[in-house]
Amino acid sequence: MIEPALAFSRLSKTFGGQQALRAVDFAVATGEVHGLLGQNGSGKSTLIKILAGFHAPDPGATLTIAGQDVALPLPPGGVRPFGVAFVHQHLGLIPPVTVLENLLLTRLSGRGGIARRWAINWAQERSAARRLFERYGLDIDPNVPLSRLSSVERALVAIVRAVEEIAAGNARVGHGVLVLDEPTPFLPRADVDRLFTLVRRVVANGASVIFVSHDIDEVLEITDRATVLRDGRVAGVLTTADATRDSVVGMIVGRQLQVASSRSAATASASASVTITDLSGGQVAQVSLALRRGEIVGLTGLLGSGYEQVPYLVYGALQARTGTLMLGSERFDLPTLTPAKAIKAALVLIPGDRPVAGGVGGLPIVDNITLPALASRFRPFLLRRGAMLRASRTLGDRFGVVPNRPRLPLASLSGGNQQKVILAKWLQLSPKLILLDEPTQGVDVGARQTVYQAIRDAAATGASVLCASSDAEQLAAICDRVVVLGRGRIAAELTPPALSKHAITECCYGLAA
Amino acid sequence: MTQSSDTAAETAASGKAAPTYEPRFIDLAERYGLIAALALLVVVFSILRPETFFTWSNLSTILGSQAVLVVVTLGLIIPLTANDFDVSIAYVMTLAAMMIALLNGQDGWPIGLAVVAALTMGIVVGAVNAFFITVFRIHSLIVTLGTGTFLHGLTLYVSDSMTISGISDWLMDLVIVDRLLGIPLEFYYALLLCILVWYVFEYTAIGRQMLFVGRGREVARLSGINTDRVRRGCLVVSSFMGALAGVLYAGTQGAADPVSGVSYLLPAFAAAFLGSTSITPGRFNAWGSAIAVYFLVVGITGLVFMGGSSFVQDMFYGGALVLAVTLSQLVRGREEQQF
Repeated sequence: MIEPALAFSRLSKTFGGQQALRAVDFAVATGEVHGLLGQNGSGKSTLIKILAGFHAPDPGATLTIAGQDVALPLPPGGVRPFGVAFVHQHLGLIPPVTVLENLLLTRLSGRGGIARRWAINWAQERSAARRLFERYGLDIDPNVPLSRLSSVERALVAIVRAVEEIAAGNARVGHGVLVLDEPTPFLPRADVDRLFTLVRRVVANGASVIFVSHDIDEVLEITDRATVLRDGRVAGVLTTADATRDSVVGMIVGRQLQVASSRSAATASASASVTITDLSGGQVAQVSLALRRGEIVGLTGLLGSGYEQVPYLVYGALQARTGTLMLGSERFDLPTLTPAKAIKAALVLIPGDRPVAGGVGGLPIVDNITLPALASRFRPFLLRRGAMLRASRTLGDRFGVVPNRPRLPLASLSGGNQQKVILAKWLQLSPKLILLDEPTQGVDVGARQTVYQAIRDAAATGASVLCASSDAEQLAAICDRVVVLGRGRIAAELTPPALSKHAITECCYGLAA
Repeated sequence: MTQSSDTAAETAASGKAAPTYEPRFIDLAERYGLIAALALLVVVFSILRPETFFTWSNLSTILGSQAVLVVVTLGLIIPLTANDFDVSIAYVMTLAAMMIALLNGQDGWPIGLAVVAALTMGIVVGAVNAFFITVFRIHSLIVTLGTGTFLHGLTLYVSDSMTISGISDWLMDLVIVDRLLGIPLEFYYALLLCILVWYVFEYTAIGRQMLFVGRGREVARLSGINTDRVRRGCLVVSSFMGALAGVLYAGTQGAADPVSGVSYLLPAFAAAFLGSTSITPGRFNAWGSAIAVYFLVVGITGLVFMGGSSFVQDMFYGGALVLAVTLSQLVRGREEQQF
């Protein structure tokens, strides 16, 4: 075999007792597109972050790039001089400035080169950029602001910039390695083709590409070989030409694929207490759902499927384009719904990003917990502060907040206890529909059970629950039914007995096309 | 009954909690440190200059004349709580005073009508600020800097850059001439406003909503608060309070000049931030602001009595602003880093 362009051997990483990577061997041959596949938590992103210098691996690992040993751990960005460049999902581009300035960005920040010159020769840089785009067959004007480009064109600019970085850095060794970390989830199919055309050109010039993705069809289409990680180990290395979708899914999930019991979208049943009809907005298109009283319905999908936007669209926190919501006999027009109206209609949303959207860490628990009930329960013009403290303490007891001391700032609690406070804040309103986004994000394992129990208790009192989560295990544990979205639409629905962690994951990947 | 069970619950919980949350000396020092510092300043200057500084006439003058600054500062902390700046407030104040001088002193309008006109102007300016800030999503600092400078120009234009006098004695009587317990009435107006702002911040749902809009706008939005409406309300009220300060200023001086009101801006910001380090540390609050105003004013008056020239004032206020913001940042940081 030819000397690999990049190879890790015996790569392990432990996070506080949890092994994220266990003695992983990973090799990318020169001039190939190498896929890196695996579920959330399989260790893919840990591997990429070690390469980027964000994490230090456990001792004993080695890294060679084009035959040269590279000392580990790498400092952040320390792999750049070895000709390795990254394009992350968020691209690292600045929309308001021009394409040309974005191209120069990495060179401006680096030592030497352009950053050391007294004046930038814009005319020269501009024609260099034009030649560069021509060479890769791109029709992009370097003078326009990046914000005028489509998403795929931005991704192309980011890739070209990374390739240039490899070339301009005069890679000490080899032809360079380009790491594409989930570049496609938000792109329509036709645009993915454009991106792949560019990737093929890059490889034709001798570089290697590491392609990290959830999307099995894309991996099968573009890669030569692929490494599949599962639970921090290498589950297998495939030669793509010989692999089938099912064998790849089986390797990712950990057993042979059994045809998932996917059915068409649920139709409104007679006993439905909440009906969402024809919801579109954001990445979501024509989603219809019906929930019975006391039912917990999970929503999931791969990155880019839009499942996580559904709770926000239903709540009016993201503006929907179309859709109606029937709550009992009340009818709401989703494009005109606001959070205030939603709360009045007995909807609550427990958001995923707790420090930004859930509660204010610097303010006391009592203020956070009573916020939505102030006007209705505590006399808006002469707040009954004693009653607020008592209510906060009672809620804290009910939801097991420790320490249950209302005057403490919210941020002084652990993540799990903060989440209990946020649950208490909303569940005290006796909602009819509870919308959840990643309800246990940043919550320790012990507190998860309390969070699940709180959700089940709320459902037991008659509320319907819609829970968006990327955690298949969690969905299997709490949901009566799980709806899987693919490319913004409902693609499948899982009900017991087909409802298991494995089935959910398989279904997500099975639908990736 | 409930009180005692509350205490019991606290005690039970504190058994498990980290002991660092017990009220400590440092918390008290933080809460009341500014009052202590103010008392210390008064004592020091009284010892150094007993014949001029520590006289009732001087103290009552300070209490009375700085009521205008207290009102401006109280106006400022309203949008600051919702995380918006209003730097136009001092210019609104100057224009309001100038309107009263022109309409009443020069054109002979009844004083009451002139005051109403000035207050209405304040509301209009606040609405304009709010429109640009919430509709076009422009940073409040930029919008109010622009409108403030515009109003400054307008004030110079309408007054022909001159000091206008002849304001009705009735207003002066009500503001500075009439006294209660030897202190001019305007002090009590400021005190009333202080109580009002304190009540709104502490005892109303609106006050809590403002706080959440300022500290976690997304949290507030998802909690069903109309964040734009809260911000608009705050900006209109702050301009209205600026105009109210202008009325008091006109009453204090009996005249209006087109530039001196501007010198209230920096001390008001310094007092607002300094005030947020005491009484309710980590939040802009009414009593802290009022105490901070008198702390700064006593400091500057003392320095002038000690022989400092007028440039001392700018140096003192400028330095105090940066120090006050640094302190308030430390207080908030301390609060947020308690894990």
